[in-house]
Amino acid sequence: MRFLTAFALAALTSASAFATPLDGQPTDGGINFQPAATSIMERIHDFHILMLWIIVPITLLVMGLLAWVMVRYGRKANPTPAKWSHNTLIEVVWTGLPVLILVFIAVFSFPILYYQDEIPESDLTVKAVGYQWYWGYEYPDQEVGEYISTMVADEDLQDGQLRNLSVDYPMVVPVGATVRLQVAAADVIHNWAMPAFGTKMDAIPGRINEAWFRVDREGVFYGQCSELCGIRHAFMPIEVHVVSQEAFDAWIASGPGSDESNELLAEYTAARETRLAQLD
Amino acid sequence: MSADAATHDDHTPSLWDWKRWVYSTNHKDIGTMYLIFAIIAGVIGGAMSGLIRWELAEPGLQVFTGEDTGWGALFGNEHNYNVVTTMHGLIMIFFMVMPAMIGGFGNWFVPLMIGAPDMAFPRMNNISFWLLPAAFALAIISLFVPGAGADNGFGGGWVLYPPLSTLGHSGPAMDLLILSLHIAGISSILGAINFITTIFNMRAPGMTLHKMPLFVWSMLVTVFLLLLAVPVLAGALTMLLTDRNFGTSFFDPAGGGDPVMFQHLFWFFGHPEVYILILPGFGIISHIVSTFSRKPVFGYLGMAYAMVAIGFIGFIVWAHHMYTVGMPVDLKAYFVAATMVIAVPTGIKIFSWIATMWGGSIEFRTPMLWAIGFIFLFTVGGVTGVVLANAGIDQSLHDTYYVVAHFHYVLSLGAVFAIFAGWYYWYEKIFGVKYNSLLARLQFFFFFVGANVIFFPQHFLGLQGMPRRYVDYADGYEYWNMISSWGYVIMAIGMLLFFAVLIESMISRRKGEANPWGEGATTLEWTLSSPPPFHQFNELPKIK
Repeated sequence: MRFLTAFALAALTSASAFATPLDGQPTDGGINFQPAATSIMERIHDFHILMLWIIVPITLLVMGLLAWVMVRYGRKANPTPAKWSHNTLIEVVWTGLPVLILVFIAVFSFPILYYQDEIPESDLTVKAVGYQWYWGYEYPDQEVGEYISTMVADEDLQDGQLRNLSVDYPMVVPVGATVRLQVAAADVIHNWAMPAFGTKMDAIPGRINEAWFRVDREGVFYGQCSELCGIRHAFMPIEVHVVSQEAFDAWIASGPGSDESNELLAEYTAARETRLAQLD
Repeated sequence: MSADAATHDDHTPSLWDWKRWVYSTNHKDIGTMYLIFAIIAGVIGGAMSGLIRWELAEPGLQVFTGEDTGWGALFGNEHNYNVVTTMHGLIMIFFMVMPAMIGGFGNWFVPLMIGAPDMAFPRMNNISFWLLPAAFALAIISLFVPGAGADNGFGGGWVLYPPLSTLGHSGPAMDLLILSLHIAGISSILGAINFITTIFNMRAPGMTLHKMPLFVWSMLVTVFLLLLAVPVLAGALTMLLTDRNFGTSFFDPAGGGDPVMFQHLFWFFGHPEVYILILPGFGIISHIVSTFSRKPVFGYLGMAYAMVAIGFIGFIVWAHHMYTVGMPVDLKAYFVAATMVIAVPTGIKIFSWIATMWGGSIEFRTPMLWAIGFIFLFTVGGVTGVVLANAGIDQSLHDTYYVVAHFHYVLSLGAVFAIFAGWYYWYEKIFGVKYNSLLARLQFFFFFVGANVIFFPQHFLGLQGMPRRYVDYADGYEYWNMISSWGYVIMAIGMLLFFAVLIESMISRRKGEANPWGEGATTLEWTLSSPPPFHQFNELPKIK
């Protein structure tokens, strides 16, 4: 019954599919990527739009051709079938044209791949280590040892925290800084994924993988473990706070992973929200 | 004397004689057993997907709450959800699609279409089939023995990645599953040897390779892929087994191994495997489209060699499943390029099917509906495949519901629609009775609508970032998950209609014709009665 009510509600609020997307988290009913917060994700956005302009017309073309032959060459409309089964020209066209389209796609695809993969001069390094079932973060440049980041259980959720997404001690990076992310794992394979950043990197025991991102605005961003890692795979989310350089320095000084550091972040987030509310 | 021998050959054993089935060396009986096996496995695998959609209908835990419901492994905790997604995948691939396409339709129609009396090695055919129930039993038993800690079953995904499948699942469930897949693999390899020998040696006089029906071509390519890919899986599984039990460390970094090596081995098998699942469907669709358009297949040679090309390229693209493991960027670039090439032969097939219909005189009988549905849905799954081929964007889409939507469009909607198309195309031939086409069409419509409602919204979930294999998701994914779960209800009604068609036809027993489809059906199976005699082609047909 609850199922039915929920479905009825969902149908009524189907306009939510066109709601303003939330920043750094999924929007219920959303049909596209989360808003981009890095230059990498912006490129992925653009590439996706390009791909849509290719794949949607192709799908519509196939649909249209199917509809046409179904109407035009039905048994009633065309009682005597043609006998031909070859046409070299058309075969060359439908082999050659896709090749050209693919080359066109590749021209836009490869630069994004290389842009993502080649790590520029970085301002700071963060090491993320996957455990069953939480993350550990370490800031080697700032000599901050590893602290543990665990999901907030449903019963402990505070106002403004998100179920299955919020953690107790988030990762923090300065806005505009080029971050070198190192990803490793202690037990099984995990994956550090952050949709708004366009980052997704496997955390594999025995190796260190690297990725990078530069977040262009302040905010709180959420991601989730993206490689099956056992019973609590769905419950080891990733929360990243992007703050000003000064706030980042203060956070480092307060000792990441301490209650004090969290109070600092809470104040900072509250102040930013007030600021944003005033802007509106 | 010769007359006596002939009567003896024509003697069909009773349906109720258990020896007819258990000892069977008859390709048609073995094919029928494969089909029945696939239906049983499909119902179990389909029920598991029901549990998944039920669990995901709303945020929070609905089914896998961890409270003891007395249902043991199935309605357990979050681990059991992982077990169910894992087993849904393995069952549908190894025990539903492969037995239906290769064992069922392959056994039935490869010999009939090439004018052969039976398969080359009838007794090997028997063991190929009977290994499969044994493998399936082991997989089912694995649900009820400890997997991870005290929790029953293996919940590490159908890809079986270590260390989750070694250190992460210390219980015997994974060992049973390894054994199960080994045995299913032996069954496949024996079947592949049988088909290759049959197709190369037992074609009727005059049937050159270039006159061979496209379904036989599709089976030939498929079984070559099986023969080359399955041993690699067997090797990887054996290494897992020794890592788990005998102290080796092929995949354990603590002993100098590498978990990523398993992924390479697995996908070197796994990627050809997905073509194994779909290629026979390509063959089936070609025959149906040609039959009901009353027109020969457009570009026969192009169609045959497109399948050969797909099979070949299928072996050199495996690491596009692994773009996020930290491969060198040039290597990723290679796999992007190689993967996109597959779109070319696939496009040739789609356009050739439409060109076959073009100028034809199309009759929209039940199999043709499924075939047209297949062409459309496979196109949707194909174009999202081109998106995913690009490592740059795959970094966002990897392991999200976008991938789930993509491969269900090509498999759950592609392969499964092809199976149903073949089922309704050959039903009368196999069982010798007519089905109720109204009910069968109704099943098609429920499937078509249901499958789209299930899987299309999953593209949106994936774009929004929802990861795969999640028992519970963030509240921002609620809307489309609910829609998707309602799609399952629609498709389940279609499944009930499938059984309604089956039961109705068996009760009414309307006698089947040798060729119900008319002049468009030109392959040799339509020259025989429905069902065909127990032994056919005692005198080989001559092909002009």
